Amino acid sequence: MLPVGAVAVAVVAAGPMAGPASPADLMAAREQMALSLGWHIVLACLGVGLPALTAFMEWRGVRTGDETYTLLARRWAKVMGMLFAVGAVSGTILSFELGLLWPGLMGTYGQVVGLPFALEGFAFFIEAIFVGIYLYAWDRLSPRAHLLSAVPVIVAGVASAFFVVCANAWMNQPSGFQLVGGRMTEVDPWAAMFNPATPPQTIHMILAAFIVAGFTTAAVYAVGMLRGRRDRYHRLGLLVPFTFAAILTPVQIGVGDYAARFLADRQPVKLAAIEAVYQTGSHVPLHLGGIVRDGELRYAVEIPNGLSLLVGYRPDTVVRGLDIAAPADRPPVGVVHLSFDLMVSIGLSLLLLGLWLGIAWWRRRDLPRSPWFLRLTALAGVAAVVALEAGWVVTEVGRQPWVVYGQLRTLDAVNPAPGLVVGLVAVVAVYAVMTVATVYVLRRMVRGGRDQWAPQEPGREVEL
Amino acid sequence: MTAAQVLLGVIWVTLTLYALLGGADFGGGFWDLFAGGSRTGHGARVLIARVLGPVWEANHVWLIFVLVLLWTGFSPVFAAVMSTLYVPLTLAALGIIGRGAAFAFRKASTELWQLRLFGAAFALSSILTPFFLGTVAGGIASGRVPMGIAAGDLLTSWVNPTSILGGVLAVGACAFLAAAYLCQDAVRLGMPDLAATFRRRALGTGVVVGAVALSGIAILRADAPRLFHGLTHRALPLVVVSAAAGLASLATIAARRYVLVRVTAALAVAAVLWGWAVAQYPDMLQPGTPYTSVAATGSVITATLAATAVGALLLVPSLGWLFVLFQREPTQDGG
Repeated sequence: MLPVGAVAVAVVAAGPMAGPASPADLMAAREQMALSLGWHIVLACLGVGLPALTAFMEWRGVRTGDETYTLLARRWAKVMGMLFAVGAVSGTILSFELGLLWPGLMGTYGQVVGLPFALEGFAFFIEAIFVGIYLYAWDRLSPRAHLLSAVPVIVAGVASAFFVVCANAWMNQPSGFQLVGGRMTEVDPWAAMFNPATPPQTIHMILAAFIVAGFTTAAVYAVGMLRGRRDRYHRLGLLVPFTFAAILTPVQIGVGDYAARFLADRQPVKLAAIEAVYQTGSHVPLHLGGIVRDGELRYAVEIPNGLSLLVGYRPDTVVRGLDIAAPADRPPVGVVHLSFDLMVSIGLSLLLLGLWLGIAWWRRRDLPRSPWFLRLTALAGVAAVVALEAGWVVTEVGRQPWVVYGQLRTLDAVNPAPGLVVGLVAVVAVYAVMTVATVYVLRRMVRGGRDQWAPQEPGREVEL
Repeated sequence: MTAAQVLLGVIWVTLTLYALLGGADFGGGFWDLFAGGSRTGHGARVLIARVLGPVWEANHVWLIFVLVLLWTGFSPVFAAVMSTLYVPLTLAALGIIGRGAAFAFRKASTELWQLRLFGAAFALSSILTPFFLGTVAGGIASGRVPMGIAAGDLLTSWVNPTSILGGVLAVGACAFLAAAYLCQDAVRLGMPDLAATFRRRALGTGVVVGAVALSGIAILRADAPRLFHGLTHRALPLVVVSAAAGLASLATIAARRYVLVRVTAALAVAAVLWGWAVAQYPDMLQPGTPYTSVAATGSVITATLAATAVGALLLVPSLGWLFVLFQREPTQDGG
């Protein structure tokens, strides 16, 4: 599976000495990073959200003595363990890639932004240890002790999400350092970690993790119910995670609004790209959809004064446009704008879906009768993941052409060594295989059976 | 002792833990590959999977710490190593993905073809990953990674005699550690036949690794004279300790003292790593990049050490509990 020869041949063919990175290599590095991050973020969300859902089910099982809760908890724990194991490696790769692909970033700024990564390392380690304990020791600990062992998993999972997003927030709002003639003279790692973008980004991401975990889990049982399995097991498997995610969705929309308002204040070029605002001005409309062609947005639905109202609550609020940045310092508008619209429209749709269940429950203490509710819930899992990815596209592409906003261009951070394109091909192949295998194993795990084991469990070996 | 020196020490302790714990895991994969056919090798594979199970991820987090502490404390060195050695490091990274994912998938599989497929991916990447990491060590130790971004030769920095020696020694050390550890695990889990098998394997690999290390002296003398000088002068006591611990390990395995061999085998491997560090100190990259010239500002190093201290306070009892639980046999018929 490792194309050793291919990489070596490409390096030789390209010549052993490094020059500046070619445009193809820069693009390859960006795509490799996007693929690895985009892949890992899904597992990371489940790693943050699933433990809480699982522990909640286990607690209900212990409290009520209802075996259905316990059965669901047991099965989710297995899925959680398997996904955690795969997420552990896809996360390790990211720490390699930061150096392999972006040595220009790490060589200069590694010390500024290293602290949250070190803290994340500890949080992740503690999470790994307690996931191991939680899965391995289910029958070796008292129910209470076992339930308590889930607490560090949940806390450490949220903490690692917080720390990593602190580092990403710093790339958007770099602070806590002084660079004099290419040398770091003064560094305050705590100021770098708690930069202005830390609150909006970390809250938005942690909520997203719980929402993604909730809707994806609920979606699995919605599919089961559509196939006629309408027992208590499936109903609870749908209701609990769905409710969990649906309660957080309106909160998330509020936080998203706060995050966008933060951009208007601190990263106006990103907001201008999000809303395709080319010219600074007041009475700026809100654009929905549309296509960017020849430097302007066409076919978009316009809500007059919409953006000015959202940013400053008054139609005459001035919104800064892309014209405040030199043409070379502007992010690509089309993809950022459409990704943002996609994320927001999915968020609002999920809000409506949650309301539907809320109304049905209030009236009849039951799920909505329409099969469309189940169909849409089955879709909600995928939709939540798409919204998550779209949100990351907005954050990352919206920051371009900078890797460290206003300080370091992505082009100057990339590894100038030739052959990154070959690396991309190898990584795409490996991730394609991993995706197929993960989905295949997950499907079997969800269906259940006696021989389904997470890697941390004692497993079938004990039976020998 | 300065804060930068302490951080350097912490990084090296972390690397040692990774070599010993992660190394034994890689060795487990090595023996999984050479366990035999799906029927004859079943017992050995079960033993390996059972021993790796709950601690396997924990053992590999040490590597993340090595990377993160290096880029925080000594950023330019991290950038120089990662950019020049990006080919073997990309291959090692792909090996880490293949290994971890396949191990998880195999546990959830039941059909023979899946067990074989995931098992082969797990075992192969368990050998390739330490090999490539060993070539990286060889490239740095022989002074082929200069300061600067991608400033070294992208091919000869890791395809050279010292790197090949490093790769072979890394795979050998992993196999030796795993075989030595598995003897005791097999006894503890009531598998005396396997204990005898791994005893033979530990003795065999021990002799082979020792021979490779001896021939390595000649290779280093020709290919990495600076390192050779350091190892035969300042670091000589550690080299002697490693050799003595290696011989003692062979003796204790022969005498079936399987608990004691855990200590001597670990010492033999750790002494090599510390010998390298002492031989090269204070240079992080050769020639002429002492750690003082690349260390982060004092505030960063202090904050990192403080975070490490607090993290270790949380980590040590957690890890201790995991190992205790894991060594304890199930009281009920759990599982």
